[in-house]
Amino acid sequence: MKPEELEVKAAAELAKQQAFDVRLFTCSSRGCQSSEALGVIAGLKAELKARQLESRVQVNGSGCMGLCSKGPLVRMTSKTQKDILFSEIKPEMAAMVVEQVVVPVLEGKTIEKPGGDLEHHTLDLNDPFFAMQVYSVLENNGKIDPEKLDDYIARDGYKALRKALTMSAEDICKEMLASGLRGRGGAGFPTGLKWDLTRKVQSDVKYIICNGDEGDPGAFMDGSVLEGDPHAVIEGMLIAARAMNATQGVFYIRAEYPLAVERVEKALRQARVAGLAGKNVMDSGWAFDFEIRLGAGAFVCGEETALIASIEGKRGTPRPRPPFPAVKGLWDQPSCINNVETLANVPIILLKGAPWFASRGTEKSKGTKLFALTGKSKNNGLVEVPMGMTLRDVIEKIGGGTDSGLKIKAIQTGGPSGGMIPEHQFDTPVSYENLQQLGSMMGSGGMIVIDEHDSVVELAQFYLDFCVDESCGKCAPCRIGGTQMLHLLNKIVAGTGTAEDIKTIRKVAKAMQKASLCALGQTAPNPTLSALRHFEHEFTERLLPVATPKA
Amino acid sequence: MSNTVHATINGLPVAVTKGTSILDAARQVHVRIPTLCKHPDLDATGACGICIVQIKNNGKMLRACCTAVEDKMEILTETPEIVDVRRSVLELILSRHPNECLTCLRNQNCELQTLAADFGLTWTGLDSIVPEHAIDDSTHSIVLDSRKCITCGRCIQVCQQDQNVWALSFLNRGFETRIAAAGDIPLWDSPCVRCGQCSAHCPTGAIVEYDESVKVWEKLEDPDAYCVVQIAPAVRVAVGEAFGFPVGANLTGKIYAALRRMGFKAVFDTNFGADLTIIEEATEFKSRLLEGKGVLPLITSCCPGWVNFMEKFHSDMIPHFSSCKSPHAMVGALTKTYYAQKQGIDPAKIFMVSIMPCTAKKSEIIRSKEMYSSGYQDVDVSITTREFARMIKQSGIDFVTIPNEPCDHILGMYTGAGTIFGATGGVMEAALRTAYFYVTGGDAPKLDFTATRGLKGVKEASIDVAGTTVRIAVAHGLANVEQVIDKIRAAKEAGEEPPYHFVEVMACPGGCVGGGGQPYGATNELRIKRAEGLYSEDFADQLRCSHHNPYIKQLYDEFLGAPASHKAEQLLHTGYQVLPEYKR
Repeated sequence: MKPEELEVKAAAELAKQQAFDVRLFTCSSRGCQSSEALGVIAGLKAELKARQLESRVQVNGSGCMGLCSKGPLVRMTSKTQKDILFSEIKPEMAAMVVEQVVVPVLEGKTIEKPGGDLEHHTLDLNDPFFAMQVYSVLENNGKIDPEKLDDYIARDGYKALRKALTMSAEDICKEMLASGLRGRGGAGFPTGLKWDLTRKVQSDVKYIICNGDEGDPGAFMDGSVLEGDPHAVIEGMLIAARAMNATQGVFYIRAEYPLAVERVEKALRQARVAGLAGKNVMDSGWAFDFEIRLGAGAFVCGEETALIASIEGKRGTPRPRPPFPAVKGLWDQPSCINNVETLANVPIILLKGAPWFASRGTEKSKGTKLFALTGKSKNNGLVEVPMGMTLRDVIEKIGGGTDSGLKIKAIQTGGPSGGMIPEHQFDTPVSYENLQQLGSMMGSGGMIVIDEHDSVVELAQFYLDFCVDESCGKCAPCRIGGTQMLHLLNKIVAGTGTAEDIKTIRKVAKAMQKASLCALGQTAPNPTLSALRHFEHEFTERLLPVATPKA
Repeated sequence: MSNTVHATINGLPVAVTKGTSILDAARQVHVRIPTLCKHPDLDATGACGICIVQIKNNGKMLRACCTAVEDKMEILTETPEIVDVRRSVLELILSRHPNECLTCLRNQNCELQTLAADFGLTWTGLDSIVPEHAIDDSTHSIVLDSRKCITCGRCIQVCQQDQNVWALSFLNRGFETRIAAAGDIPLWDSPCVRCGQCSAHCPTGAIVEYDESVKVWEKLEDPDAYCVVQIAPAVRVAVGEAFGFPVGANLTGKIYAALRRMGFKAVFDTNFGADLTIIEEATEFKSRLLEGKGVLPLITSCCPGWVNFMEKFHSDMIPHFSSCKSPHAMVGALTKTYYAQKQGIDPAKIFMVSIMPCTAKKSEIIRSKEMYSSGYQDVDVSITTREFARMIKQSGIDFVTIPNEPCDHILGMYTGAGTIFGATGGVMEAALRTAYFYVTGGDAPKLDFTATRGLKGVKEASIDVAGTTVRIAVAHGLANVEQVIDKIRAAKEAGEEPPYHFVEVMACPGGCVGGGGQPYGATNELRIKRAEGLYSEDFADQLRCSHHNPYIKQLYDEFLGAPASHKAEQLLHTGYQVLPEYKR
């Protein structure tokens, strides 16, 4: 594809879309697929065919539209009226949607809010859940079919790559640095700096690796982005490759995300056929291609050096750094590993400019962040908020509090590496620094709401159990420390713990934090320690009575 | 850009080459950072977390073993906080370690035990959580007890990288991580070649030699048994380490004396067998080189670890292998025939013990029917230097002060050529001395073929033997063998002249002085010193060529006839077989 063909393709696709009076987007991500979303799509198509409305109504799949707990979601857009978002649509309701809403709209009627049986299957788009979110990475979700390249191109897709092809590697790095984008995998290292470090290493072979090994319990941001907008990630990788003169792209995606793998595979095929990847990228003479490697389900393989070992076919265990992957990475060549969400941010930054991106967020944390809101939250799902929004707004307004009406006690962010943040700290604005200061971390973006009936001791036990199970076993502090800590926590949960056990937990935790080889072991004690810091009474209440000091 | 970085360690200025680890830099200013998983010869893996240090004004702790010193680093190695964390880590490691020090072969010789003693650990606040794993002694050479393993990975590194055997690997993950043969099969079914380097590098008692000293004591106690013993070249320069002698001290005379006091009726020396090997092998070499009988290069066969490796991984090299048995196997066969006849002893009553630097010898003695050439098992038990050192201690012999004694004849006296068998290149050097004699009829003007000496992985040279150029290669450490074999194969495939005429291979780094059954703590520095102990004896010897050994001459005159005679073939030579890498 020649650079100037982008506009032609986009215009053609837009014209095609304009020809439809109504377009329906049904979430076809894995969550909604498990709730029969594909049946809904088939049902809509069948009904429209029966009514001979196929030429007027387009039926599409779509990426995640956020409110996963109410899926499958179906979005209706029309030239004549506001969008309607249906929730919890079952295949057998497809005919009803067509009959009660689509047909009337086609007949020129305006439907503010569907009535009858569909009344309780319609979401209010003015609800804070939608209104307070700021879509950037998720901008395309619900608006394109992730399996169609032309849909992506019609929404400015690959324009950022075209721009990158006219820029020097150094300038792309500068732009990224100026935007303030930081790694969305959790550590928050400045992306531009990471690219620039890799750029400066001289080598004939360099790798850009997309880390799609999202493994935190309760986190599904990266999987959703890969499923919902695969071309954005591919484009981000192509730009990253230009910025550091990388010669090969590698997707590392966990095998438990088969749909993400399928979508990325399909998108890569499309990109190659269209000349956007492969032997001659956008007719520039630059050859760049990708391969996909599947992770076998080990949490630790999200750690850069373990991820590299896994791609190389070795045991997924971390190795000491330095040398950093930028110097010696995959197959001993310079490599840059970026998280899915980070890469998905790249095209829009290049297209709209660093100042646009940097205008959102706090002083040191820019842009938007995806969170997977789960637990006792009323609204469960994928949300995108600007950095700097308070936790309270995220939890109480976007999340809508708890479904049961019970008081929220705390949230857990950063997954098994993060910590619990108690309710009295909810007015803290979201940023890498603030969350760390609260003893938690941004992590990849899991946010789990805990209500007053939940036991933080058992939650800490759950997370530690996860880390113990996922420890690679290479270093002693993590391998044995985690097991010992869990053993003590189990005692406390069983009611046989003593005050001495709590002291020992703290002691072992410190050894793990200070002496573990990688972040898994260093951070594994965090949930327990933060629970102890904020809710020690919940621990002491469960101790053996004799061990409790009398006042 | 300068290649030197300047930093401080505990306030002491230090200047080191870029890339130097904090651990190595600290030694320069006389700071000893405690370590556990790090072995001086192996890559740092950062597994244990004991060597943590801090950078001033930074709460993070770094591993000294695998963190390079950076310019202007202010390194702290001994703050109270560091010591406290190290102690906690050690407590964790001990909580996952069986409390069996008193009944462990590594008692008082264990890196973990020493560290625990240094830290004076008395706290027992953690419950012991030692998983039950079965002991694997299937090889009868080494014993793997993964309950005692601290998963430092040294054994795996030597097995995979240095030896290229890949018998050992980590199984499972997290707390369940343990070492075993891949696929969790018994080591006997695995590619293991029994070299025992895993045991020599293990910091604890997780991998040890298969101890057979009790069998030896039983026979020494048995009035019907006629116990005969022989010691390998490399044993004499290493056993002293267990008694506080300087590394490399040659204690041959003390060893003979101790063995005689233990009750052995005849004390022989494998060095004699080495001399005999040279005669047979040089004869074989001459006939291949000059008479075109058999293929070139000729490859040495005296190392059983190497023989196992070849049979499993490179069996296409079988035609190249010397058919000579290893020296101790020759002595075993002759003891139960020649010696028994001369002494009028029933060979059925002879119990032949070999004291070897080697774990592979333990299974070599039953490897094929040729190991029973005397009509009996030629060597009944092979024990390692480590087992022997313990036996001396058990026997109540004051090894430090015991006066030297001579060996017994007729299978004891040896030349310097036999002695240097214990170091890499030694077999080659000894063989060249005799080959020169066979080709020219006279001794080489200079007997030291120094091109074969030293610790370079592969040593290649062209030696002029009275106008004939002999191309040789010497390799030690099995990973180094690969490139030699690749060259031989490539030449064969291309139909070219072979790259070498004669190749010596020893499985263990440094040769037998660095053997898998030698005292612990072998490093290259130590291997060199042990080899020095052998070379200096050779240099001082009156007789430095195997063909000048009068007892060898007597042996051929009285018993064998001539080198490569039918009788020699029957007693001193063997065959090879193709072995699968995995038994199932």
